[in-house]
Amino acid sequence: MQVMAQMAMVMNLDKCIGCHTCSVTCKQVWTNRSGAEHIWFNNVETRPGQGYPRTYEDQERWKGGWALNRRGRLKLKAGGRLKNLSTIFAAPYLPGIKDYYEPWTYDYENLTTAPAQKHMPVARPKSLLTGENTKITWSANWDDDLAGSVENGHNDPVLAKVSDKIKFEYEQTFMFYLPRICEHCLNPACVASCPTGAIYKREEDGIVLVDQDRCRGWRQCVTGCPYKKMYFNHKTGKVEKCTFCYPRIEVGQPTICSETCVGRLRYLGLMLYDADRVLEAASTPDEHGLYEAQRDVFLDPNDLEVIREARAAGIPEDWIEAARRSPIRALISDYQVALPLHPEYRTMPMVWYIPPLSPVVDAVSETGEDGERHENLFAAIDRLRIPIEYLAGLFTAGDTKPVDGVLRKLAAMRSYMRDINMGWEPNEAIPESVGMTDQQMKDMYRLLAIAKYNERYVIPPAHYEDAHKLENIATECSLDVDGGPGMGGSGDTGGMGGIGGMDGSFAENPARGGGSPVPSRPEGVRINLLNWNGQGTPEGLFPDTTDASTTNLSKPAHPDHPGTGDQP
Amino acid sequence: MNSDLDLFLWLIYPYICLTIFVFGHIWRYRYDKFGWTSRSSQMYERDILRWANPMFHFGILAVFLGHVMGLGVPQTWTAAVGISEGMYHFLAITIGVVAGICTIVGFVGLVYRRRFTKAVLGATSRMDKLMYLVLGLVIVLGLVNTGSQLVGDYNYRGGVSIWFRSIFYFSPKPDLMVAAPLSFQIHAILAIGLFALWPFTRLVHVFTAPLGYIFRPYILYRTRDAHEGSRSRRRGWDKVDTIPRRR
Ligand code: HEM
Ligand code: SF4
Ligand code: SF4
Ligand code: SF4
Repeated sequence: MQVMAQMAMVMNLDKCIGCHTCSVTCKQVWTNRSGAEHIWFNNVETRPGQGYPRTYEDQERWKGGWALNRRGRLKLKAGGRLKNLSTIFAAPYLPGIKDYYEPWTYDYENLTTAPAQKHMPVARPKSLLTGENTKITWSANWDDDLAGSVENGHNDPVLAKVSDKIKFEYEQTFMFYLPRICEHCLNPACVASCPTGAIYKREEDGIVLVDQDRCRGWRQCVTGCPYKKMYFNHKTGKVEKCTFCYPRIEVGQPTICSETCVGRLRYLGLMLYDADRVLEAASTPDEHGLYEAQRDVFLDPNDLEVIREARAAGIPEDWIEAARRSPIRALISDYQVALPLHPEYRTMPMVWYIPPLSPVVDAVSETGEDGERHENLFAAIDRLRIPIEYLAGLFTAGDTKPVDGVLRKLAAMRSYMRDINMGWEPNEAIPESVGMTDQQMKDMYRLLAIAKYNERYVIPPAHYEDAHKLENIATECSLDVDGGPGMGGSGDTGGMGGIGGMDGSFAENPARGGGSPVPSRPEGVRINLLNWNGQGTPEGLFPDTTDASTTNLSKPAHPDHPGTGDQP
Repeated sequence: MNSDLDLFLWLIYPYICLTIFVFGHIWRYRYDKFGWTSRSSQMYERDILRWANPMFHFGILAVFLGHVMGLGVPQTWTAAVGISEGMYHFLAITIGVVAGICTIVGFVGLVYRRRFTKAVLGATSRMDKLMYLVLGLVIVLGLVNTGSQLVGDYNYRGGVSIWFRSIFYFSPKPDLMVAAPLSFQIHAILAIGLFALWPFTRLVHVFTAPLGYIFRPYILYRTRDAHEGSRSRRRGWDKVDTIPRRR
């Protein structure tokens, strides 16, 4: 067993209102640059729809991800190492800029400089590639809210797999949004396709990153990634991807897309998994078995043997604790309501989704029946094969059983909790009918409906003391001893917490909090270390341990680094 | 004896250019790793690139191997392994002409799309244009030289090649080049000039050809600390950090 930790995300699709706030905030932070116009680390697709880039899910065309060869061994769908190198001069399956969209701007200057004329001057769209007038014909969300689905709907690769006769009915019945970021896969095809080895998975948290200094622009990873979340920057000639906002994650803050999500539908947390079993799981012969196989790769952080192995693998105590409290683990492993996106690509994706029940509810309500009654909902789930098959095409390689199960749980929860909230007699038969206890149902409801910031995002800060342990021996200041003037390296972030203008949350999340147990920020608390006389504990430095809703990771000092508190 | 110009062209100039070549690459690698890329333009245009770029590259790689044989390996060595002079010439000329034509056709395709695809033209720098000009001339003259072997009787392996190797032994023999035909002289001057341009163009991508891919494992892991890039941080860009770190 080789225990590794992975930062992961779950999105609850029922709550997504398709507002694109996540896409915009992410872009503002990461890709608001020339050459990166078409790069949307986060994009939101209306389904059914073609997705972005157009029809990226059609792997017969784009050859992303992995496939099994005749001997049942896993190989890159685009071809092995030699094929990869021999096609380096002109990548055969690379999307062109037109498969994304031609970036444009507007000739705003004309609005102020146009001479007096009979008609209002206009700002014409100009192509950012050629500088010429252009016609805008596509963008990252051109088919938002099913716009143009009459013309384009048939291009949806997932819909194409659902049989023909139900398509029409389906289009009338439902629509939902699918926000997508890089999956930070356990078996990333992008890493495997990079000829230089510039892409890597971080050992500590599994975040997949591109080393911009080593990327040579061979662009094979763009083909390799089946989710098309590797983007070629046409100005720098290098490839960029979602970073999982690692600078924020390292200090215990949620990603930008999660933080700003209007629907508050994103969950962040750790998963422990067995790295030795990833390849075997990704090679599961039956596509329908992939979802189960991936779930089996995850490890239970309450299991004593797992804990022992995790410690042996150097995973810090507070990380193991965070894995125990992980909302991701609850949704994937305990309640089993989250499903992976396209497990059939065999990359073992780590951004999972709770499929939307709302289309089913809507369909029931439209008939005039009670859309909150579990019998009605169950019946509808059985009857509405089209949405179910479509969802299965997205999340379970076409196997409708798991999707069925998840939707039933969501329907049961809806019905059961309504009774309670209305002050009616709770019907214990409802949780039972989906194999859950009433307490489980209530816990799941809490997590899905009312979980607060600290419950949705359980992010243990990174440990810097390990990384520099060796260096410290050589370079640490000799005054840097207990009680000495340089004690503990004077904690740069902590000290700045009270200075005007700095966000207090930073002080609450000491970036280099080796010994300080501040996992995620307690709401509404600010600390001012400048006023602290050095005696006792400043108010608010540690989260309130008595309040269960803001539980901190009560973390023992790191075994390798007992000692001086705020040591960076 | 040699005039000053001859001495400059066949002795001083090569050393200057090769020095620029070597130190230029070291400099570029240290200070501009971020700019070290092939600058693919496939996203803009793929139809011509699809045939022209592989044709050019396979051609030029064959041409490169040809140069290693022709310039690098002394005539006596090939004779020693039993390749007769006539045989060698036959091979060199046929392979050389085929590779040269591939290279030129591919090159013309590439230049055409660079010039006439608006988006690609927009992404072409001044340095690119200079590089295309010199590279194009070198290739054309090279093919002329190969072709001239069919009619002329100049044995470059007894002249140009020895001069070329002599540069690397540090006992240059400029008079061998003075005696070479004009087309060989110009080809050599331009090619050596190209070496001086090399580190400052996109051609640097050649030196990071990803051959290691064949041997490495598919999935790579790195620890968080190692990801900062291998280049040391520039002055003024130090990380906010309380511990004085080794630079
Ligand atoms: C040895 C391994 C080499 C590899 C793997 C390689 C790979 C590449 C790649 C991927 C491109 C980008 C094509 C695109 O998508 O636009 C490129 C462009 C180019 N390469 Fe190479 N190359 C190699 C050697 C060479 C050599 C020896 C030369 C010439 C001396 C050369 C000259 C060029 C030129 C001029 C371009 C620009 C083509 C254009 O877009 O107009 N390459 N190369
Ligand atoms: S989703 Fe992300 S980690 Fe997975 S293959 Fe694509 S780019 Fe790589
Ligand atoms: S994790 Fe960060 S980089 Fe990735 S999509 Fe979200 S905001 Fe963008
Ligand atoms: S911000 Fe949240 S609700 Fe809005 S589109 Fe993004 S994921 Fe959906």
